[in-house]
Amino acid sequence: MRLEQHPILQFDRGEKVTFTFNGQPVEGYTHETIAAALHAAGIRELGHSQNLNRPRGLFCAIGNCSSCFMTVNGEPNVRVCVTKVKDGMEVVEQEGKGVVKE
Amino acid sequence: MIRDVEVLVIGGGPAGLCAAQAAAGAGAHVLILERDDVPGGQLVKQTHKFFGSERQYAGDRGIFIGQMLVEEMTNHPNVEIMTDTTVLGIYEDGVVTALKDEQHLKFRPKKIIVATGAAEKFLTFPNNDLPGIYGAGAVQTLMNVGGVKPADKVIMVGAGNIGLIVSYQMLQAGVDVVCVVEAAPNIGGFLVHASKLRRAGVPICTGWTVKEAYGDGKLEGVVLCRLDEKWQPIEGTEIKVACDTLCLAVGLTPLAELCWQAGCHMEFIRELSGHVPVTDENLMTSVEGIYAAGDVSGIEEASSAMVEGRLAGYAVAVSLGYDVERAQKEVEAARAELVELRSGPMGGKIRAGLAKVAEKRGGASC
Repeated sequence: MRLEQHPILQFDRGEKVTFTFNGQPVEGYTHETIAAALHAAGIRELGHSQNLNRPRGLFCAIGNCSSCFMTVNGEPNVRVCVTKVKDGMEVVEQEGKGVVKE
Repeated sequence: MIRDVEVLVIGGGPAGLCAAQAAAGAGAHVLILERDDVPGGQLVKQTHKFFGSERQYAGDRGIFIGQMLVEEMTNHPNVEIMTDTTVLGIYEDGVVTALKDEQHLKFRPKKIIVATGAAEKFLTFPNNDLPGIYGAGAVQTLMNVGGVKPADKVIMVGAGNIGLIVSYQMLQAGVDVVCVVEAAPNIGGFLVHASKLRRAGVPICTGWTVKEAYGDGKLEGVVLCRLDEKWQPIEGTEIKVACDTLCLAVGLTPLAELCWQAGCHMEFIRELSGHVPVTDENLMTSVEGIYAAGDVSGIEEASSAMVEGRLAGYAVAVSLGYDVERAQKEVEAARAELVELRSGPMGGKIRAGLAKVAEKRGGASC
C-alpha cells in the first residue's frame, strides 16, 4: 500500500508504469525502486537462498546487504532496493547464483 | 584516462557534504562521489528534528538539512557531485577507482575524505532471515523515501534513537506499533523520543528480547522473552506475539572497507561500534592525505558527523594552503563543537572510544 497522506512528507512518485514480476503485471512509478513497488503490491518475498532454498526479503534497502538480489531484464544479481522501476521491465526471482551475460 | 582532482570526498551524506562545504568554502575544488542516485545520505529519510546548537542546524528536520546542503553544494562553483558512482578502491599510487554507468573511472586526488557512513547490524535468533524482518533504516527508507506503508503490525527491537524515532515515524505512516523491546535495562535513546511513543500508547519493554521468529515463508510472529541481569533468557517468560514485521534497530557499524583497503591503521573499538581508522586531531588516518569523517570513524549522531565533516574539510583546506588563517580557526571551532556535543552522559561511550583511538595513535608504528 502506498502512503497517500503524511504529516510531514509529500511524495513525488513520477510517472505510473507497468512492469512484470515473475511474468505478472505490477504497477509502479518511475521514481520508485523495484523493491518499493513490489512492497506496495504486497510482495515481500523476493527470492530464495541458494543452499537451503529459504525465502528472502529486503533487509537494508540501501544497497549494502545483497538480500534483495533479483534478475532484471535478464541481468542477475540486481539490487532491487536501489534500482528504479522502468516501464516494461521484467523482474524475476533469481534461481541460484545467476549467470552473467557476455 | 586519470582525472586529477584536488579534494575527493567519498560519500555525499551529512559528513561528506559538510566536508565539501568547508573545503570549497575555503577555496579548494571538490568532487563528491555518491553511490546513490541522490546525495544526502541517510538525511533524505530523517523526518525528525535535530538537536545540538544552531551551527548544527538544531530544530530543523534532517531531511530539510539534507536538502539545504545538497542545494548549496550543487550550486557551488567549486563543487561537483557525481551520483550513481561507487568507489571501488584507493591504491598505493594515490589513484582512486570508481564505477559509474558500467564505466570504470580513475581519479588522482590530492586529498581524500572518506565519509562512507555505516551499515545496520543484525541480530542472531532462529528464523531471523524470514521476509518481514528488516533493519529499522530499511523500513524508514521504504516509508519516508518510497512512500510505501512498510508494515501493518510491527515490533521494534532496540530503544536507541533509531528504534524510537523509526517507531514514531511508523505511527505517522499508520502502522500498528505493538511494542519496542530493548535488551538493556534502560532506554538508550533520548527521553524526548521515548516520551512521544509512550504518549501514543506504545510500550517500551526494557529487559526483553526476541527469542525466535516464526512463519511459513514470511514473518507471522515472534517469541519474546525476558532477560536476566546477565542478559540470559529467563525460562518460562516467553510470550508469542503476532506481527508481520520485525524491525532491528540494534546499532550500526562503520562502513570502513575503503580505509582497510587503502592500508589505514585500523583498530576494533567497541565503543565506536566496530573497526575504525585511527585518525589524528585533524581526522587524518595513518595514510598521508586520507581523512575519515562521520560514522565511518565511529558511530555517532548525524550532528557530530556534520561537524566532523566540517573539521576534515577545513583541515584539508589548511594543508592545501587555502585561506589558512580562517580555515585553521574553523578547525579549532569544530573541535570545540565536538567536545560540546560529546559532553554529558549521552557522550560517555563516544568519549571512551575516542580516548582509545588516541591511545592507539600514540602506539602506532605506521
